[in-house]
Amino acid sequence: MAVLKVTFTKAERDKLAHVLWVLNWISVVSGVILFGLGVFLKVEIQKRQELMSNHEIDYVPHMLLTTGIVACCINFLGGKICYDCVDTTKFLRWKLVMLPYIVCTFFFTFCILVGALMCYTMHNKLDELLYIGLRNAMRYYKDTDTPGRCYLKGTVDMLQIHFQCCGNAGYRDWFHIQWISNRYLNMSSSEVMDRVRSNVDGKYLMDGVPFSCCNTYSPRPCIQHQVTNNSAHFNYDHQTDQRNLWKGGCRQALLDHYTSIMQSISLIVFLIWLFELLVLTGVRYLQTAMENLLRQGDPDSESDGWILENSLAETARYNFNIIKNLGKCYQVDDDDPNINIPTIAQQEVPPRQILLEK
Amino acid sequence: MALMPIKFDLPKRVKLAQGLWLLYWVSVMAGIMIFSLGLFFKIELRKRSEMMDNDESHFVPNLLILVGLIACGANAFGGKVCHDSLDPAKFPKWKPMVKPYLIFCCFFNVLLLVTALFCFLVQFSIYFALAEGLKNGIKFYKDTDTPGRCFMKRTLDMTQIEFRCCGNNNFRDWFEVQWISNRYLDFSNDEVKDRVMSNVEGKFLMDSVPFSCCNPGSPRPCIQHHLTNNSAHYDYDHRIEELNIWTRGCREALVAYYGGMLNTIGALVVAVVVLESADMAGLKYLTTSLETMADPENPESESEGWLLEKGVKETFSDLMEKLKSMGKGNQVEEGEAAATTS
Repeated sequence: MAVLKVTFTKAERDKLAHVLWVLNWISVVSGVILFGLGVFLKVEIQKRQELMSNHEIDYVPHMLLTTGIVACCINFLGGKICYDCVDTTKFLRWKLVMLPYIVCTFFFTFCILVGALMCYTMHNKLDELLYIGLRNAMRYYKDTDTPGRCYLKGTVDMLQIHFQCCGNAGYRDWFHIQWISNRYLNMSSSEVMDRVRSNVDGKYLMDGVPFSCCNTYSPRPCIQHQVTNNSAHFNYDHQTDQRNLWKGGCRQALLDHYTSIMQSISLIVFLIWLFELLVLTGVRYLQTAMENLLRQGDPDSESDGWILENSLAETARYNFNIIKNLGKCYQVDDDDPNINIPTIAQQEVPPRQILLEK
Repeated sequence: MALMPIKFDLPKRVKLAQGLWLLYWVSVMAGIMIFSLGLFFKIELRKRSEMMDNDESHFVPNLLILVGLIACGANAFGGKVCHDSLDPAKFPKWKPMVKPYLIFCCFFNVLLLVTALFCFLVQFSIYFALAEGLKNGIKFYKDTDTPGRCFMKRTLDMTQIEFRCCGNNNFRDWFEVQWISNRYLDFSNDEVKDRVMSNVEGKFLMDSVPFSCCNPGSPRPCIQHHLTNNSAHYDYDHRIEELNIWTRGCREALVAYYGGMLNTIGALVVAVVVLESADMAGLKYLTTSLETMADPENPESESEGWLLEKGVKETFSDLMEKLKSMGKGNQVEEGEAAATTS
């Protein structure tokens, strides 16, 4: 008893083949879109790679890239097959390839689904990477004379200006690190020496933030030094003045930015997966219809198409038996008189003796 | 003697018609491109109209939008004529319209050239608008409590950050204006009082710039106050320090930005003029080759196509004669009327 059987006339078969040919070409475009999304994500991650502690999340864009290329190839082949299915003579060329093609494509669509899920679950990994990356970037902010770190100041400043954020979790993070290089500190000044000696690590800490933390919406010129000292500035209360510096931390800002990108990408990939499944169903119907047509012999007659020839349970049992018997083909069949079965005594002894001697 | 005559047979005519149809559709795309460029330029002017004192002229982008739309329409019509040209049943419908259409295209090309010229010339107007607008912007930077000017601070800060510039001509423009509002100045402080009294207008002037002038690429944390005072900062010489704040003025930066945009648009308009001229030449060849078929009933007959029926000089003198006779037409009638009455 076939699963979801549909009967096709010759005209319907031709139309199905044409429609599937067009749909396969649209799927090639969707494969290109997948590839493009992978490239886009890779570029976005690359742009801020200095702020991420390592390259662990590179697997997500790479997965999208490879899936996109493979999808293009598979759908290109599918389009060629469907185009040839209109003609029964040309179909014979592809007859043996079609079933493996359908099975492979079915498993491949799972890869697409896995890609979509990966995008969705990247969130947690990213949080951790950004925390460590930003902490290091802020620590090395002052090292503009150290090769390999000299661009971190510019990167962090541009990040804070562009994403309207300050520090890792908030602006107070800047109070705990020395962000002014010793090159620009007058070590002979008593004030500087006091500050340096006032903490265990000998760092010049102060309640000041870099200029990139300044909020452009503030009605008053930016106060970046002595931020927590109300008496240092006229008519200033740091607890009520909310608009002087950017309030949010850069980790949250970056996380939100990447999360929204990932969510859009995973939605698009999910839709592409559904579309691929649809095309695959159509190709399966076409394949079974063409095979039944060949079995009947008359190229203009009606034929049946289905998803599975027998019910799901029977097909599963049948395939399971095939896999079991694949393993059995190397085992000796006791009823076959043509095979000379050696006795057990000849087989066992020699290898064991060698081992014992050693 | 015709100008640049070419012999045509049927396959050549068909090829010309098809190629011309394709070229007309490319020209429609070019028209859409000019339309969208005009729209883009209009939006860019709007975005920074505060920097130009809300005084900028939108004549050029409006002209570009209009010209783009006309180009689309005219080229679509030309494409339709080409498409129908090889069908002897449909072509006679379009035949009488071809000559006025070609004259219209001529004038349209002149309009396109004038538009390109305006694109290049409007840069001067933008320069003066920006000079005035930025001067006022810097003056009103501190007025964040005055309705109508309260966003000037943010706009100017964002402009300086985005275009990497400081002040109107350079950063010293900030030294001549009071950019800190009196609300944030402690007038009981002696230092403040000294500064205010040190100049005629009673403004609190200082050698400092806003934070948006800071260059993120500087190796040292930004120095925005006491810029000209070397002793106020450790290891600092304002004469050799080039990376601390942006040295370029915002007028120069914005003019360069708009100038680049306008030069590109002008060059593209000139390219479209060349494309339109090619379209006109092709259409003239096609229509003349269809008219001069040796045997009108036989589509495979040979024919000749040209750009002008007579040479350039003769066509020009014919045109002058026609214009003169149009003017004289009224005079002759008067003379005859006088003759009949007298």
